[in-house]
Amino acid sequence: MSNKIIDNIDTIEGVAAYLKQHEEKDLLRLLTCGSVDDGKSTLIGRLLYDSHMIYEDQLAAVMKDSKVHCPTGDDFDPALLTDGLKAEREQGITIDVAYRYFSTDKRKFIIADCPGHEQYTRNMATGASNCSLAVILIDARYGVITQTCRHSFICSLLGIKHAAVAVNKMDLVGWDEQVFNKIVRDYKEMAARLGFTDIHFIPVSALKGDNVVNPSENMPWYDDVTLLHHLEHVNVTATENLIDMRYPVQYVIRPDLNFRGYAGTVASGVLRKGAQVMALPSRKTSRIASISGPGGALDEAPAGLAAVVTLEDEIDVSRGDMLAPVDNLPHVEHEFEAMLVWMHDTPAELGASYQLKHSTRTLPAVLTDIRYRVDVNTMRKIKPDDPAESANAAKVKELQLNDIARCHVTLHRPIAFDPYQRNRHTGAFILVDRITHATVAAGMILDRIVADSKREPVSRNISHSRSLVKPAQRQALLGQKPCTVWLTGLSGSGKSTIAREMEKHLIEQGRLCMVLDGDNIRHGLNRDLGFSAEDRSENIRRIAEVARLFNEAGVIVITAFISPYRKDRQSAREIIAGTAEAAGAGEFVEVWLKTALEVCQKRDPKGLYAKAGSGAIVAFTGVTDPYEEPMHAELAIDTAEKSVEDSVAVILDDLAKRIVIK
Amino acid sequence: MQYTLTHLQQLEAEAIHIIREVAAEFQNPVMLYSIGKDSGVMLHLAKKAFLPGKIPFPLMHVDTQWKFQDMYRFRARMAEEYKLDLRVWTNPDGKDKVSPLTHGSEKHTQIMKTEALKQALDHYEFDAAFGGARRDEEKSRAKERVFSFRNKFHQWDPKNQRPELWNVYNTRVNKGESIRVFPLSNWTELDVWLYVMRENIPVVPLYFAKERPVVKRGGTWIMVDDDRLPLEPGETPVMKKVRFRTLGCYPLSGAVESEAETIEEIVQEMLLSTTSERQGRLIDYDGAATMEEKKKEGYF
Repeated sequence: MSNKIIDNIDTIEGVAAYLKQHEEKDLLRLLTCGSVDDGKSTLIGRLLYDSHMIYEDQLAAVMKDSKVHCPTGDDFDPALLTDGLKAEREQGITIDVAYRYFSTDKRKFIIADCPGHEQYTRNMATGASNCSLAVILIDARYGVITQTCRHSFICSLLGIKHAAVAVNKMDLVGWDEQVFNKIVRDYKEMAARLGFTDIHFIPVSALKGDNVVNPSENMPWYDDVTLLHHLEHVNVTATENLIDMRYPVQYVIRPDLNFRGYAGTVASGVLRKGAQVMALPSRKTSRIASISGPGGALDEAPAGLAAVVTLEDEIDVSRGDMLAPVDNLPHVEHEFEAMLVWMHDTPAELGASYQLKHSTRTLPAVLTDIRYRVDVNTMRKIKPDDPAESANAAKVKELQLNDIARCHVTLHRPIAFDPYQRNRHTGAFILVDRITHATVAAGMILDRIVADSKREPVSRNISHSRSLVKPAQRQALLGQKPCTVWLTGLSGSGKSTIAREMEKHLIEQGRLCMVLDGDNIRHGLNRDLGFSAEDRSENIRRIAEVARLFNEAGVIVITAFISPYRKDRQSAREIIAGTAEAAGAGEFVEVWLKTALEVCQKRDPKGLYAKAGSGAIVAFTGVTDPYEEPMHAELAIDTAEKSVEDSVAVILDDLAKRIVIK
Repeated sequence: MQYTLTHLQQLEAEAIHIIREVAAEFQNPVMLYSIGKDSGVMLHLAKKAFLPGKIPFPLMHVDTQWKFQDMYRFRARMAEEYKLDLRVWTNPDGKDKVSPLTHGSEKHTQIMKTEALKQALDHYEFDAAFGGARRDEEKSRAKERVFSFRNKFHQWDPKNQRPELWNVYNTRVNKGESIRVFPLSNWTELDVWLYVMRENIPVVPLYFAKERPVVKRGGTWIMVDDDRLPLEPGETPVMKKVRFRTLGCYPLSGAVESEAETIEEIVQEMLLSTTSERQGRLIDYDGAATMEEKKKEGYF
């Protein structure tokens, strides 16, 4: 117990005040990830020990055990406070998730202490599923390595937005600031491709106790907070989604003929008395007549609360159904795409049938396609048609233990769901083996918009309002026809340079135009996106939508993005120029800067190839990630042969005939 | 209206969700009732989960015959107040024969608790059994799932547990297999007391300090609860103001000297305490990985 608490509770009034304060504390669920030798258990032991959460008898038992197992001689090993299973203590490793509880005067914490070894990926996913923050341990001696990448990827996959990176064993690198700074740089580089919105770096020594609970005297160069202080104060955006009300019915309470209550936990949003709701998948509507929570009748119940509701009308609602507001409905489909974490020794087979449990509903499901697997160590996706995979062609049709893959799942009946990244509770599911009843997989449903690249809104209640102005009117006003010049090519092929030169020339000619590039897109509109394949696709989709809006306004657009995937460029073309079914907003001019990789590497204006070569950037287009060459580009220019001026001239020449009003 | 729940509200909601999930998905669940404060909290949560309806499953007390007399009185009172379907099971093989005094704590626990529980579960064909255990009690408990699978021999395999993600619990079992369910997994001792206080949940008077007849054995105070406790030569019970942090069989439950007569005082004492709750439990000290061993065999 910390002394601060003790000082306050020497009177009964003090206890009452302490309890009141304690009762109002919030709860932070976090996980710790790191591997065998990173000192993860040591760190947790240190957190508990230094915040006085260890009782004397527990400590005495550990001191006794330390003499048997402890590799560090005289020091007591805080790790022994946490490793609970006999096999774990004997082998000095963590096999399964262990939960630890402690509170300070600021917050109450639940720590999921997770194993880090690749063979326990499933256990880590288990631990991460209920957490909103991840403490990621890095051994200062080795820096950002494969396992750091794996741990971070899994945390991000499970929807964790906050990362606290503890660079441990600083004592073994002489408390060197340069070592710490390099690790920070490397980690940021790697994490740009992940979904974290907040990353905090802290140099620590868990064994010696530096910067865990107490500030370090050995690292005067570090003037930021300790790990515990950070955990106590970090502003964790509610893991709960408070926007989309979702109420999965868990149990129907019918004590007599006059009462029919639907018991459940509010999955997200706020349930309000009087609200008009639709029962899904039946689509019958009614209003909320009453809500009661654990403390009695309520007018509203927020996400996370266990409730019982009654409806104004007698509609058929049973366990497994979901109530949602009529003006904000989830998807109701009998198929979806999801990221699956395979958790069983028996591999998943294409076409196999499982029991799928999603919120309160269990129903049969078939694994209908495996789109690609993800190499958790490099975050690269491995597609079935990847030439490197041809050697093990049989394997792409199945998933092995700890494989993570994007899959297509087909259900026997439709269910109501949201994408996992938007709503953990209505986007998550498990697969259960029909015979052994083992939990074989965990799944996170993906946003269908991204999956299908269809221009169709998530909400069913959005319609187009028609403009009273015709495109020709705008064109006459500006004296030009809009189009989008889509520059694509490797990093260093000259896209930005050419785009800026073109912009200058066009403006001088009196043409209204706009350049879209990383500077104005990645820092603003798309700052929530990383460099995973999904995020790259979403990045391109949004750019295409913005280009379309500019084109609709009559403005010429020049985009400068690597846009490495053929599929994404094709969808951009469809969004901007339209399809057989839908009208476009302007011509799409794909310009391929087909400059050879060696030339781009030699130029390396941002030093990125050097980093990719050293492994600091993992999936880099042209080096470790593919660039799919255009097959029908309107123009192809090799900037190794043509100067910037000549290249710009070629494009402007082509453009001249497209932007003139006939 | 505050839209973020306090930690106690979250724990309460989580427990109710778990209890309802069991009621909805199992054929024949049962709630193990041990008369202690954790059982009291669990029972209270079960009642809340189904209001205005009744608790849709029975409760069961595995009775070793060696509980405190106060506990038996309290059990009767609860059954009456909550209108419980309460079943009491004592291992017929050990009834009136096995005692912690003559057979030792290990054998007594094995026969009258672990074996008795397995018999009762088999006898009634229960496919799920709630227990009030918390992960903060002991290191091997910290590793256990909320829905903890048991094979048809009631064994726990700690190295091969079902992954458990979010609040999506796998409730599937084949005939003969069962699940132990722990709705209070994420509660700490302090949370339990806070909740008892907030909700005015009745608890056995033994938790509060009072003058009681005790003898000192093995470094701890044992209460002379009835005339079955044989006194060693020269041993005389003394009156001491004591209370119990956990309740079990009285010859195995150590009392602590205390002045705490109210819940506030208990909490105060607990916060200032330098020993853990299970220290009073003599059975935990049989060896280093002992709880894990007992759990593997079917102990709760």
